[in-house]
Amino acid sequence: MIIAKTEFLMRAKLDPQTLEIWVSEQWLIPQEDAFTEADLARAQLIQDLKHQLGVNDEGVGVVLHLVDQLHGVRHAMAALLQSVRNKNNN
Amino acid sequence: MKSPYEILGLAKTASADDIRRAYRALAKKLHPDLNPGDKKAEERFKEIASANDLLSDNTKRAKFDAGEIDGSGAETQAARERQYYRDNPQTQQQPQGNPYANQSAYEDFASEDDLFAQIFRRQAQQARNAKGADVQYRMTVEFLEAVTGASKRITMPNGQTLDVNIPVGIQDGQTLRLKGKGQPSPGTGGAGDALVTVMVARHKFFTRVGDDIFLELSVSIKEAVLGGAVKVPTASGEVMLNIPKNSNAGSTMRLKGKGVAGKGDQFIKLKIMLPTKPDPALEEFLSDWNPDPSYDPRKEMQS
Repeated sequence: MIIAKTEFLMRAKLDPQTLEIWVSEQWLIPQEDAFTEADLARAQLIQDLKHQLGVNDEGVGVVLHLVDQLHGVRHAMAALLQSVRNKNNN
Repeated sequence: MKSPYEILGLAKTASADDIRRAYRALAKKLHPDLNPGDKKAEERFKEIASANDLLSDNTKRAKFDAGEIDGSGAETQAARERQYYRDNPQTQQQPQGNPYANQSAYEDFASEDDLFAQIFRRQAQQARNAKGADVQYRMTVEFLEAVTGASKRITMPNGQTLDVNIPVGIQDGQTLRLKGKGQPSPGTGGAGDALVTVMVARHKFFTRVGDDIFLELSVSIKEAVLGGAVKVPTASGEVMLNIPKNSNAGSTMRLKGKGVAGKGDQFIKLKIMLPTKPDPALEEFLSDWNPDPSYDPRKEMQS
């Protein structure tokens, strides 16, 4: 589902200025002004990092970069395991 | 059951600062998005979050200490509905359709000419050739638009418009697939599809089951007794219907081929309406009227 900007701001508990900064930092990468559920979950993660885990603004960028790499690696790992399994079954 | 103090590893005398520190330390370790492969992390994270909710609120903490509430601290609705980033399907999509995808952590492996490199290369190739992501929409159409078909335009959140052809006889909840109207491919694949789920609004007097249309038609007492031609609305305009003499309330008539798309029928159930205001002539007639003794509408109920 695509989420419009106003709904996104409400559900992510964000004000427009903060959103603008997050987008310019590329913490969030919306397609034009349309947001996805993934953007929303990511915004909630950023809120948790900042407000619950005491990560400062510099740290948020570092954490997101590593989380993105981790998902890339997890995906590669899954693809690798899958192809090994396929080989074993043949 | 563990008390919130035990969950956070604290003594009952812990200060507000101790609580915040203990919660933070555990949350850093257990946040589901920092543990994408650990399904148990979410449960434990919720546990410490609700312990923290209780203990960081002085009123709730005092009530708990006095034994007035237990530590089961019901999850808030927001916590239940919370979707973690790691669980979003888009996060699993690598790299197509995911602006956050990052493969730099294993790029160096892919330069070697071995089995792993082949797998990664094939994967990257597939990703380039993959089509864009599908997008989903919902829209509501009028009852008659669903019966006769219609052409609708929806505006997407990004301001673009999409023309949707509602086929004749579409059912409530049916999903239309508009090929190539979804997100563009990240590479050479075509665009994804738009999936439009169509809801059909209720009508003031028509209802529909499959291809048949049902209508409850009010007739006057005179029309029911004497019969006659009455105008009946159908999905394709008004038609004249002949009511037979002595038509009872609840009796059903069928207009063949007047259902959806010429396939179904329209069924008409009669409902007899008395005048809204008392009618002295009718009253006078009925008080002089002596029906046949066999006319007893409650015959079947007698024991």
